[in-house]
Amino acid sequence: MDADVSPQVSQIITFEDAARRIVSAEYVRAASAADVVGGVEPRVVVEPANEQELAAALNAANEAGLAVIPRGGGTKLAWGNPPRRADVVLSTARLSAILDHAWADLTVSVEAGCTIKQLREALAQHGQRLALDAVWPNRATVGGVLSTNDSGVLRLRFGALRDLVIGVTLALPDGTLASSGGRVVKNVAGYDLPKLVTGALGTLGVITRAVFRLHPLPKELCTISCLARDASEAQRLALTIQDSKLAHSALQVRFVESMPPQVDVLFEATQAGLAAQVEQVKAILAPNAVIDPGPMVWNARQELYTAGKDHTEAAAVVKISALPVNCVAAIEVLGRIAAGRIRCNAVMQATGIGCMHLEGTPDALRSVLASLRSELERDGGWLTIAHQPSGMAALDAWGEPGDALPLMRAVKQQFDPKGTLNLGRYVGGI
Amino acid sequence: VDARIFQELREIVGQRGLITSPEELHTYECDGLTNFRVMPRGVLLPDSAEQVQAILRVCHRERIPFVARGSGTGLSGGALPVENGVVISLARMNRILEVDLPNARVVAEPGVINLDVTGRVQREAYFYAPDPSSQSVCSIGGNVAENSGGAHCLKYGFTTTHVLGLDVVLADGTMVHIGGKALDAPGYDLAGVFVGSEGTLGIATRIILRIVKRPECVQTLLAAFPSTNEAGAAVSGIIAAGMLPAALEMMDNLAIQAAEAAVHANYPNCGALLLVELDGPVAEVHALMTHVDEICRSHGAWEIRVAQSEAERALVWKGRKAAFAAMGRISPNYIVQDGVIPRTALPQVMSEIDRLSRQAGIRVANVFHAGDGNLHPLVLYDRRIAGQEQAAEALSYRILEICIAAGGSITGEHGVGEDKKMAMAKMFSEPDLQTMQRVRCAFDPLHLSNPTKVFPTPRLCGEKPGKYVPHPLEKAGVVERF
Repeated sequence: MDADVSPQVSQIITFEDAARRIVSAEYVRAASAADVVGGVEPRVVVEPANEQELAAALNAANEAGLAVIPRGGGTKLAWGNPPRRADVVLSTARLSAILDHAWADLTVSVEAGCTIKQLREALAQHGQRLALDAVWPNRATVGGVLSTNDSGVLRLRFGALRDLVIGVTLALPDGTLASSGGRVVKNVAGYDLPKLVTGALGTLGVITRAVFRLHPLPKELCTISCLARDASEAQRLALTIQDSKLAHSALQVRFVESMPPQVDVLFEATQAGLAAQVEQVKAILAPNAVIDPGPMVWNARQELYTAGKDHTEAAAVVKISALPVNCVAAIEVLGRIAAGRIRCNAVMQATGIGCMHLEGTPDALRSVLASLRSELERDGGWLTIAHQPSGMAALDAWGEPGDALPLMRAVKQQFDPKGTLNLGRYVGGI
Repeated sequence: VDARIFQELREIVGQRGLITSPEELHTYECDGLTNFRVMPRGVLLPDSAEQVQAILRVCHRERIPFVARGSGTGLSGGALPVENGVVISLARMNRILEVDLPNARVVAEPGVINLDVTGRVQREAYFYAPDPSSQSVCSIGGNVAENSGGAHCLKYGFTTTHVLGLDVVLADGTMVHIGGKALDAPGYDLAGVFVGSEGTLGIATRIILRIVKRPECVQTLLAAFPSTNEAGAAVSGIIAAGMLPAALEMMDNLAIQAAEAAVHANYPNCGALLLVELDGPVAEVHALMTHVDEICRSHGAWEIRVAQSEAERALVWKGRKAAFAAMGRISPNYIVQDGVIPRTALPQVMSEIDRLSRQAGIRVANVFHAGDGNLHPLVLYDRRIAGQEQAAEALSYRILEICIAAGGSITGEHGVGEDKKMAMAKMFSEPDLQTMQRVRCAFDPLHLSNPTKVFPTPRLCGEKPGKYVPHPLEKAGVVERF
């Protein structure tokens, strides 16, 4: 596909005709300003009723030489780079069924357009959960969360999406509908495509359904927090808890403006197990006073993303990844680089993943982000930009992919040779 | 492979790094699956990533297929040599390159033995979680290839959960660094697809592992049940109670007899034995163990023992881990099967296996990771009796079909390899298999890295829709278009 040439009207008409033969006509409509992706306005929105329709519509767009943006709840469309072209939005809104909650086997098979909230409510009826705290759960869909690899603090104990997804069905641009993985947790038959498409931002195929392993809802919960003197002490406390024999489910350090950092630890256990662990963690945190802040502290990451959407002009939201020993201290690196030019709120997790909300002038933000990225990369970490301020000359959203980029391009070439899916939004211009 | 090429390879790995004499090559003609044997043309023993790169450049130039090999303990023929190919043994690349306790990472070469990773960090109370039964001899590189599991992966996850990054030499000799010590490197999760690819995507020369802090307390309970049905119901009860044991293992009577004969684990003689291991903080483990005890009793357990010492616990596990090899005590020959079913299908699948076993007049002992539905039926036979081997193979394959029909998988941890590639077509549709092989075409378009394994029919990577372009292998007369 030629990235720089807009499609001819005839290509669009050809596609619309084809799409109306595949999907009922009312679900093929002209795009509007609400469908803009990264500043690019698509022409057509298609909402297939099932995965066969979706695969056929994708294939029709591919044949017509059009660029496709797969879309779930649309909560994270700003992630990644702006598309080089966007002609067709392919929505999974109507693929929202929970196909099989095999609760006795602790698995669920679900269509890609099902929201996290809808899934959460269904699983809770049998006392189970997808152990994942994704952002915007009310609107975010299974397919979107998988494609963006969005996971929160529970990752420490339950793993990321890659550890929870056990099967996927994909629609490819050539119309292929293929499954990989399966319905059982333990399975090594064939390549692990569920992991390959997790975090691939829909550039290889459109996920139409997924199978997840589930966990029981916790019997008892308890959050313990304390204020640390500074980032160094917070880093030390986080590492001490990680090196202990506690079985905590989450551990984060929050930085709010100029307040002292706050360390939060989440326990999920039986009553007896909870009481014993709370005593142990108090001993680790001493002499800092321990407080019980309630469960709202675990919304911190969501609040940073929400704030990023509310103040689009002079704010950026980034995800950072660092070695666990450096993660909390990254806030000090940031402070040194920023030298008072920007304000920052952040949440750093014990896994080494952090989220930062940065406010400042576009120039200051750009220079700080670029410097922070290179400092993190030098120490084996990464910085990816989820929200770029509208006034800032754009930075690449992903950063340095390293010497595996040619191999990634080769994978892309195999799955989507014409560059139909999310052209230019991913790493290295993929 | 002519003398000129062997000379070139010898210059790369040195005199001691190349084996070509037939007597020595015999060691490499099979792996743990001994009924398939192929003589390799040569075996190379590189001791650095640079040597692996140099070897693969030669193989690529000369179109010589290669098979990487760790300790050769695999049970699906993954390390079986291919015709006219060479074997690349990673046994000499067995250094632990870095131990990083604060970040809970260990960086290892592929030839490092699984248990040696734990050995290096146990004083600081860390361990490497994936624990295949062969862990005292199997290599990390082999574990990566097979995505090895083990009894404790129910709670801790498989090899793939614990591999954060890899240096991979591709089939053309190119080195790529994928993943890293920090999580979520930008781009495709190539580590996720490489782990478990059974040596078909290249050779890992450096592997970044995640290690885990040892729990405060570990308790192991042994419960004797009248049959696998009651034991299976107890497993469901434990899972339904919201518990995630560190391990949940079951053995049937035949397996118990064999294990007793082999290692005197002092197991009760019962219809089915359930082994439940819980770990975590002391108070938590004690609270949950009481509950497990109640659940087992309410499902008909007539004897329950909790190992009272580390020695007792070790003995309990010794019996379980020796179960495959112990079959030699009760049968001259046996096939180890590895299928997976949704846990709830256990009673129905067990009775079906029992029925087929009676019908064929062939005994089947059962050992399984009950928590995740991974069955290891051991099909017992005597090769000296005419027709028994064929009947055993047929029964073993039939068991896989039962697993697929129950919504499960043809392999939970042993891999597809040479053994089960035809069964892949039963589990997956042709488009599914062709889609997986797109990955292979991206990594190894000439199909030099462990070709002929995993997939029943290869995808021709040169295929382009519309215009016909002959594939290099086709031009070379290696493959035919079909």
